[in-house]
Parts: sequence; C-alpha cells; structure tokens
Amino acid sequence: MKLESYIIADNIISPLGFSTEENFAQLKQMRTGVQRLEKSALSPEPVCAAVIDARRLDDEFKKLDTSTPYTRLEQLFILSISDTLKQNPAIDIRSPKTLLILSSTKGNIDLLDPENKGKFDKKRLFLWETGNMITQHFGNPNKALVVSNACISGVLAIILGKRLLEENTYDTIIVSGGDIMTHFVVSGFQSFKAVSSEVCKPYDAARDGISLGEACGTVVLTNDKTKVKGTAIAVKGGSSSNDANHISGPSRTGDGLLLAIERTLKEANMDASQVAYISGHGTATLYNDEMEAQAITTARLQDVPMNSLKSYFGHTLGAAGIIESIIGIQSMRSNTLIGTYNYNQPGVTKPVNIIKKTTESTVDNCLKTAAGFGGCNAAVLFSKEA
Amino acid sequence: MSDVNYISAFCRISSGKVNVNHSIMFTGEQDEAPPAFIKSVYKHYQLNYPKFYKMDSLCQLGFIASELLLKDNKLTEKYNKEEIAIVISNGSSSLEIDTEHQQTISDKANYFPSPAVFVYTLPNILIGEIAIRNLIKGENTFFIFDKFDAQFTAQYINSLLNSGRAESCIAGWVDFYEGNYDAFLYTVEKTQGVIRAEHTAEQLLNIYK
Repeated sequence: MKLESYIIADNIISPLGFSTEENFAQLKQMRTGVQRLEKSALSPEPVCAAVIDARRLDDEFKKLDTSTPYTRLEQLFILSISDTLKQNPAIDIRSPKTLLILSSTKGNIDLLDPENKGKFDKKRLFLWETGNMITQHFGNPNKALVVSNACISGVLAIILGKRLLEENTYDTIIVSGGDIMTHFVVSGFQSFKAVSSEVCKPYDAARDGISLGEACGTVVLTNDKTKVKGTAIAVKGGSSSNDANHISGPSRTGDGLLLAIERTLKEANMDASQVAYISGHGTATLYNDEMEAQAITTARLQDVPMNSLKSYFGHTLGAAGIIESIIGIQSMRSNTLIGTYNYNQPGVTKPVNIIKKTTESTVDNCLKTAAGFGGCNAAVLFSKEA
Repeated sequence: MSDVNYISAFCRISSGKVNVNHSIMFTGEQDEAPPAFIKSVYKHYQLNYPKFYKMDSLCQLGFIASELLLKDNKLTEKYNKEEIAIVISNGSSSLEIDTEHQQTISDKANYFPSPAVFVYTLPNILIGEIAIRNLIKGENTFFIFDKFDAQFTAQYINSLLNSGRAESCIAGWVDFYEGNYDAFLYTVEKTQGVIRAEHTAEQLLNIYK
C-alpha cells in the first residue's frame, strides 16, 4: 500500500494578507494585490507589481521576538512556517522525521544589489544557506532540501514532498516557497519586454504580459491521516516534464505540459472527466496562455472550470505553485471557485472554461499546473477525501 | 523488476581535466582560466553546436559534460525520451551570471539589462539545454546543496526508477562560480554499463572524489 500525503496546515503571505484565510477572503471579493508603483526601487520606470507592505512585515516579524538578523525573504519564510505550526500542534518541527523543503528561484538575490552591500554575510546569497538559516531558527535537525527550478519550483516541491512521504523516511514535510520583488528580477523581465504596463490579464484577448509579485507560502504534508483536522485533502499525484524545445519560449503545442498532466491524472487514478477545477499557470503572456490552452484541450479538460491567480498575486516565481495550490485547497474546503480578475474576452485559440466571477460550486479536486523557463512543466492533483 | 539500479557511465570535468569512465581524456593548459578551459574542451571534441556560444559558463560546462557522457552511452536510443529524467544539483545556483546581470543594472547612467543574460539566471536552464539537445522530456529537477549530496541523490533517483516514474536518469552536480568549477554527470539505468557500479551513495562517493 502506497502511503498517502495529507495537508495538515497552510499559510500564504502576500500583499493581500498574512494568512490563508485573509488572502482567500480578498480573492473571494476579487480584490487584487497588484498595484501601479509610480516610483519604486524596483525599476527606473513606473511598474505594476504586487509588493508586501514593509511596515506590516516589520510589525509581524517583531512579534516573533527574535534577535537574529534575517533578510526580507528569510523573515517571510519564518513567519509563514510559524503560522502553520500554530495551526496544528501535531506538527513537530524539531523531530528528525520532519523535513523542510524550500522552493525559491532567486533566494536572497537582493543582497547582490550595491545598496545592500555589507548588510549580511556573502554566504547568505547561497540558497542552501537560506535553508540552514530557516532550519536553525526552528531547531529542525535535518538539512533543508532546496529546489530551484524556475516557475515550477513550488509545484515540484509539493510533488517531492509527496514522493518522500511515500518512502516513509519522514512522516512530516514542511514545503515552503518564497521569492521577493527585486530590481534584479523586474529589470530582467522588462528586458524581455514581458511585463504589462497594467494589472495582467490572464487568458484575455487583450493580455500583453505579466505582472510580477512577491509572496511566501507553506503547506505541511504528513503521511499520518490521524493528524488531519477538518476536511482531509490528499496529494494524489504529480509529475514534471520538459518541452525540449526552447529555454525561454513555451512549446507551441503544449506537449510538455500535456505529458505532466496525463501522468498526474494516471498516478491519481483519474479520468479527465473527473477533474473538478484547474488552477492554471496563466501568466498572461501571449505564448504561455496559448500553450496552456493547447495542453488543456488536448487533455480533454477544456470544459473544466479554470482560473489564473496571477492577476491577484502577480507572478510570484518560487512561491507561485505553493500559494496557488493553497488557494485551490481552500476552494475545495469552502466549495468556492475564485473568478479570474481582469478576464473579460476569451483570448486563446482553444476554448477553455475560464471562471469569470467567484461562484459557489462543489469542488472535490483541483489540478494545479505550472510551466517555466528552461522548458519545464509540472502538474499536481489534490483531492478531498471522505 | 529488481530494485537495484546502476551507475552506467560518468563524466567529470574539474581541475583542468576531463575524466570519462575513469579515463583522463583531456587535460587543459596549466593555469588556464575556467572559461578558456571549457572552450578548449569544446574545440578538442569538435562538438559543433552553435547554441553553445550563447550559453553562460554554467551551461557550457554542464552541456559539455552531458555530451561526453552520452557520446558512448546514447540513452535516447535505448529509452523512450519521455522516460529519461534529468536531476542535477549545485551549490552556487546561477550566481555567476546573476552577478553579471546585476552589473548591467547597478548604474542608472549605464543601464543595459539583456534578455540573453537574464534567461540564464536560473540554474535549471542547464537541464533545459540538455533536454533540448537530446529531446529528453521526462522528469526534471534542480536542487541546491552545500556540496554534492550523494545520499539524497542516490535515494531520490532510485525511487524515481523503482516507482516507474522514469526508466533512466542523467544525474549529478554542475557548479561554476568565481573561478571554481566542477561537473560530475552520470547515467543511472536498470542495467549495468561500462562502470559496473551500483547506484548507491557509497559508490557515488568512490567515483566522485
């Protein structure tokens, strides 16, 4: 018998709030965290982005009463994980059977900026050191497992958690993903001419690029069902794949994403007809959204209600797969599907079923998809259990 | 099917030497700077892949290691391309090219961020380059460790193969930062290759010394 993975706590920190509930309440009302910043340290030009309020972050972090200096990203990880520990006393973060998996694309990359020179030891640039800082803070005896695989990092980290729990080396896995907004990242995407001048419009006919954002999210997984409080939600399957086509452009046919979706459904022992809801990647670039529509249609999922949360959170890179999965999980718990902010006119050549307005509906499972630079794709399926 | 998997071949590029399956195949000039050494390996083997010149140093290093690894062990001829996984790790992520990108934006008076540089500021681009070259579509993950983690790498890849999520795997460690470089790529299969080593942490550390 394969050991199952269950979600026993979760947290989202974004401009929309510092808990899953706070974020979900904002999304239900279709309020976005993306704002136009006329002047910021992120870019010489005005930019639309989802940025966490520095004062609130400072206030929340002070409540933890720690004297060690932490970077902005480390503070987010620590706050996010701390919130999950409060939710479920069955989580023993100091146990050798508990592993931390971190997902981040750029880690403390802000420390490369000359303005931050000398504020922290240079070692803090290494993602494994970020892992050490977090495990040491919580007294976890294991070396953190760090995944850095572009925009699928978060979904991959959840899949890895599920796979490691099957092996039973660990009984609890804390999966935390985070990335912060930096001049580094904004300038790079701007050089690609990939950033929209407005709040991004996923799958819409008028979409013209991404909005960037910062966030941190944590899901705690266990293979011990007795630790579940409330609705039991299991990770039923997951897979990653590569387009083997182009390092920065998605496949035109969506065949890579299709492969990841098909393998995920097979592992979950499900047909396309049983999928209740798809939380898409939906970055609002012309090519990504088109590629996804191709893959979704070929997988015969075109009628399944689908949304993108990028117009709420922005593209949060290493956090995206985790915070978007948590919203999917919350949709299952509350039987509420979130409308896609800024979606008006269908804009992909294959007709996919984009959710326009937040609606109540039975949501028994959720397929979360992701794609990223390097031609990578990933999918994961969550399902409610009786 | 047996749960035993094998390291079937390997390629190590470090300290000015190219080692393929325990044979030193090429030695660079003394005190050659790492980027020049990498280019001389490329020329020596006449790899003839124009995209090579667009790559950053991390990808160039890993790409060459993958070419030499797969030259005599053509996984793509033995396995369905969807059944070959790529699992690579390193310590410095893409910090070498990250530093280069940062230099293009630090000075507002001399501001020139470039997509050709920025695209390489993710370590898994290396996996993408190897996948594109060989049309490999299977599972792919990039991990960051303080040093090559033979224990985790062996355990995770064995579980990928034993659970049927992949039939073979290109695995290893490719790092390039501040003049230090080290590539160790190897293939994992259910059948023995020229190396005749079981895919365990101990055997990995025997090879990767």
